[in-house]
Amino acid sequence: MTLEAKERRLGWGLVAPALVWTGAFFVLPFVAMLALSFAHMEGRTVVHGFGAGNYVRAFTDWTMVKALVNSLEITVLVTVVSVVLAYPLAAIIAFRVPARWQRLALLMAVLPFWTSYVVRSYSWLLVLGQNGVVNKTLLGLGLIAEPLEIASTRTATVIGFVHFFVMLLTLTIYANLIQLSPNYMRAAQDLGAGRWQTFRHVVLPLTLPGVVTGAFLTFVLCIGDYITPQILGGNAELTLPQLIMLQMGRSGNFPLASALSVVLMGVVTLAYFLSARWLRLDRL
Amino acid sequence: MVLTSRLPLTAVALLALASPSFGQELNALVWCDHTDPSLVAPFEEKFGVKVNLKEYEGTAAGMAILDQSQPGDWDVLVIDAVDVGRAVEAGKLAEIPADQLPTADFFPELVMPANNTVDGKTYAVTEKFGYNTISYDKTKVDPADMQDMAALTGGKYDGRIGIYDYYLPVLGLVALGQGVNTADINAETLPALKEPLMKLRAASKQVSDVVSAQTALATGEVDIVVGGGEWLTAVLAADNPNLDWTIPKQGGLRWAQSIGVVAGTTQPDLALEFVKYIVSPEGQARLATASCYWGMPANAKAGDALTPEQKTVLRWDEQPEFLKRAQLYPIPDAATDTAMQDMWTEMLNQ
Repeated sequence: MTLEAKERRLGWGLVAPALVWTGAFFVLPFVAMLALSFAHMEGRTVVHGFGAGNYVRAFTDWTMVKALVNSLEITVLVTVVSVVLAYPLAAIIAFRVPARWQRLALLMAVLPFWTSYVVRSYSWLLVLGQNGVVNKTLLGLGLIAEPLEIASTRTATVIGFVHFFVMLLTLTIYANLIQLSPNYMRAAQDLGAGRWQTFRHVVLPLTLPGVVTGAFLTFVLCIGDYITPQILGGNAELTLPQLIMLQMGRSGNFPLASALSVVLMGVVTLAYFLSARWLRLDRL
Repeated sequence: MVLTSRLPLTAVALLALASPSFGQELNALVWCDHTDPSLVAPFEEKFGVKVNLKEYEGTAAGMAILDQSQPGDWDVLVIDAVDVGRAVEAGKLAEIPADQLPTADFFPELVMPANNTVDGKTYAVTEKFGYNTISYDKTKVDPADMQDMAALTGGKYDGRIGIYDYYLPVLGLVALGQGVNTADINAETLPALKEPLMKLRAASKQVSDVVSAQTALATGEVDIVVGGGEWLTAVLAADNPNLDWTIPKQGGLRWAQSIGVVAGTTQPDLALEFVKYIVSPEGQARLATASCYWGMPANAKAGDALTPEQKTVLRWDEQPEFLKRAQLYPIPDAATDTAMQDMWTEMLNQ
């Protein structure tokens, strides 16, 4: 056996576990789900076949379309707000906090990750409620006369999501910022650029891959999340994952749930292609 | 050709992982109240077995789990009493000897032979019941208003109402509000319920699950929960005695859960012993006050094992009157069920 053949065999041997894992736990289930999405229900029985009825319904039934629109609106809003909040936080940690304290600062930033996602969501419900911390504080300060309706609204869902994703984005953006050589900024300033110009023309373009990577992860995790809208949104409006859960858990309509899941996956794939130009997963 | 329902492979794999093992273990597919350790502990101790409990929500989900399991995987099933016939029809429940069940001690309305027996054979026994009606904070709403369902959509309580997120009882309540008996909900009568349902939704602040509904009522986020009842407020009673519930003049819904032995169990005797333990006065008292939610025991003799305080919270003495005014859950056929769920989904996304 030639050296090249040996290396090729070794390469396949090393990559095989990952291929098997992906095949068994992603490709096969996905193919099964795709096949199921073309089936339909007769009474309470799944009838296998090849029909596009579930997809037609997904894009013509107003309830389904609205769920998709709700998901997209919430996800885009959460992603934008999270980036806007996480970038300065990451920059402060990377450039303003002394190196020896940066690890502690990052730890503080991700500390909320240590609590259960569900518990955190219910905690937000208590914070944002009519008798919660926010309303009591605002009432106590005399800033409002009546409690604000925050819990069980889209605002509550967005706040819960942003709290979670700012942590994630801070990490990804920080990882990019810390790799940025200070010489770039020094060179820009030597050439007469002000702070804003340096940021706009040097720092931001160089850290854009990290921002887009974090934003993409935020988009993917947010649009597929079911817990936060369920708990904090108070079912005031349905998102696509909630609709999928309703079809599975309550209706037992697995074909429609599968079709909606494929649609959700299509949206994520589209987001990937839109951001692929800047996407640098190796920057994580 | 009609093929049997099959879940995607991942779901099968997950179910396989969730499926119990054999041996000196009893495997029960249950509702969350059975997962209270104090409920199964005496049985485990007496018979020297381990009881594995898997919680599920909604008959469709329970049936799906059974569909994907092998015969013998499960020994005991807790199911909505109105769905026992459906489970029997699907071959999921085994016959149990009626003469070994203490139904003579039950509240008469809770024996429910029309639901628990099929063709004269007993397949399940009622274990717990309660009401889906109206829960409220009596310091924030006028209790007299809660006697009339029309008050909910009259404008006075707009934005202060929570709706329990379960289509069957709430649509049942809406039907009662329209003068339609729950047994008469079908393809013809259902469309007329849409407008009042949407009106109720417009007056409400949220539609939420058990925990969220409890949280909302306890924190003052909402003052009324439609579809609530003792199961919602009883666990909060100690901390907040202002929470109350009532059955309005139009009536309320009676929920009931049954327990049976799963067809194909490899240990039918042990499974039957578990069923007998659950419907015994001791088991009933523990089940009635289980941590997930409280509810009335079907066996009236459980009253001897409950404290006066517990009986007060359960409204023990008022049961005869409540039972008269409550109707059973709707039992829709498959098409009506789908239509009801579609209406519910539309309401959620209103």
